[in-house]
Amino acid sequence: MKRLAVILLPYSWLVALFLVPFVIVVKISLSDTELAIPPYTPTLDFSQGWEGLKSFFAALDFENFVFLSTDDLYWKAYLSSLKIALISTFAALLVAYPLAYGMARAPVEWRPTLMMLVILPFWSSFLIRVYSWKAILANEGLLNQFLLWIGVIDSPLTILNTPTAVYIGIVYTYLPFMVLPLYSALEKLDGSLLEAAEDLGCTRFQAFWLVTFPLSRNGIIAGCFLVFIPVMGEFVIPALLGGSQTLMIGKVLWEEFFSNRDWPVASAVAVILLALLVVPIVLFQRNEEKQREAEG
Amino acid sequence: MRKISWFNATSLTLGFAFLYMPMVILVIYSFNESKLVTVWAGFSTKWYGELFRNEAFLDAAWVTLRVAIVSSTLATILGTAAAYVLVRGGKFFGKTLFSGMIYAPLVMPDVILGLSLLLLFISVGLDRGLLTIILAHTTFSMCYVAVVVSSRLVSFDRSLEEAALDLGCTAWDAFRSVTLPIIAPAVISGWLLGFTLSLDDLVIASFTSGPSSTTLPIKIFSAVRLGVSPEINALSSILIGLVTIGVISFSITTKRAAVRRIREENAT
Repeated sequence: MKRLAVILLPYSWLVALFLVPFVIVVKISLSDTELAIPPYTPTLDFSQGWEGLKSFFAALDFENFVFLSTDDLYWKAYLSSLKIALISTFAALLVAYPLAYGMARAPVEWRPTLMMLVILPFWSSFLIRVYSWKAILANEGLLNQFLLWIGVIDSPLTILNTPTAVYIGIVYTYLPFMVLPLYSALEKLDGSLLEAAEDLGCTRFQAFWLVTFPLSRNGIIAGCFLVFIPVMGEFVIPALLGGSQTLMIGKVLWEEFFSNRDWPVASAVAVILLALLVVPIVLFQRNEEKQREAEG
Repeated sequence: MRKISWFNATSLTLGFAFLYMPMVILVIYSFNESKLVTVWAGFSTKWYGELFRNEAFLDAAWVTLRVAIVSSTLATILGTAAAYVLVRGGKFFGKTLFSGMIYAPLVMPDVILGLSLLLLFISVGLDRGLLTIILAHTTFSMCYVAVVVSSRLVSFDRSLEEAALDLGCTAWDAFRSVTLPIIAPAVISGWLLGFTLSLDDLVIASFTSGPSSTTLPIKIFSAVRLGVSPEINALSSILIGLVTIGVISFSITTKRAAVRRIREENAT
């Protein structure tokens, strides 16, 4: 009995506040916009019994999805989000790998401190970390002042409010998510394997490429999922750093909802985004479960 | 001590410079006299003064703090139960779905979570306010707690629990007097994680808050959307300072506790 209660408590919470809401999103994405409260139709009315239920389902249609496919704003936003997410995941991997590698090869007594230094930004506000780049990347900002001062450029570069600023913001804020799984994979690596490879005639680079890199695969996979999936729906970074030039689907959804007050279209945008993310989310979950079982 | 290679030293230096430079600049410029954030005009603490006279920010900070405390506490209870079920629960109907619901919110874009929760609250007729933000934050925080606690549960020696059960403890007693003390550091970090996630959340709070329950991130976002504001720099510096103190003191206490435990184990 008690075992059942321990299972049911978190289970029913997640069903009620995570699963059921998605069903509602799907339902509203099939509804029509209406100038009313709530601003969509039809609404389910149980007092009319079976007839009410039948007319409710009859009023649902795929109109919003047809609308999304005809207006190329949405296609472009999905594709541009995909492109931004792929490039910035790869960029984050390139920046994070040497850092995680350096941490895993540092003297043992340094490692807890280095680990804390990576986690510290992760605990401080995401919003503030994105915002901190605004003053650096602006036309009269510190980066341009510095570059002008050392004489690399003659006139300020426009970085803020361009996709470049979004890439910098994403790599910066998501870096700890990439570093931590990479570090935990690299730290477990047995150093004698590398020595064996070098004894057998590998150069250091070959030893890295043939031994270290494949053995850190789990960390690479986990880190890439942890960056790629949330970046696909990112809103804060394009809103603060991207300006009007950067098109991302998270921003489109936000504007559909808060500016246009078109709830059914916002829901349809969310349903398609979710459909695109189902495969990576399931793969991520598999990967996590496999690792948990391997450790247990 | 092993010597660190020049390659590793360079990548550590560059990596940490990249992680910390923007925050250091932000803190330095919060003491700038000028309203123009990019021009240094002398040292001043006037923006901190302005900040503490700004009622709207103080109200929002109070709302945020209450939401964070309540939601992270609820999330810790639910998340610890979820972790226990996940690791020790054996097989039960719908376990894959359950673990899916634990892992999915960790990576699910905030806009989707926020929108779906809002539509749920509207359709059950719950007015948007403190309660709805708390429910929303509890939901995603409990998943983080569950992951943190389950990784601790996986790594500890199960025979300790079994010994307690053999000696006549009930399952609850065994959990309370054996399991809980061992997983306590993970439970505490789970609570802290839930607390900071709740303090930090903009997107989900924007969807689920009402007009009377504006949180600090919502306030900050509307202030910085169009430009840089020295008041926000001051506020950010305070928050960064609090987090730094919190994280450092937490890691020092856990380290001391670990050292003490090792000493006690050696003594017996």
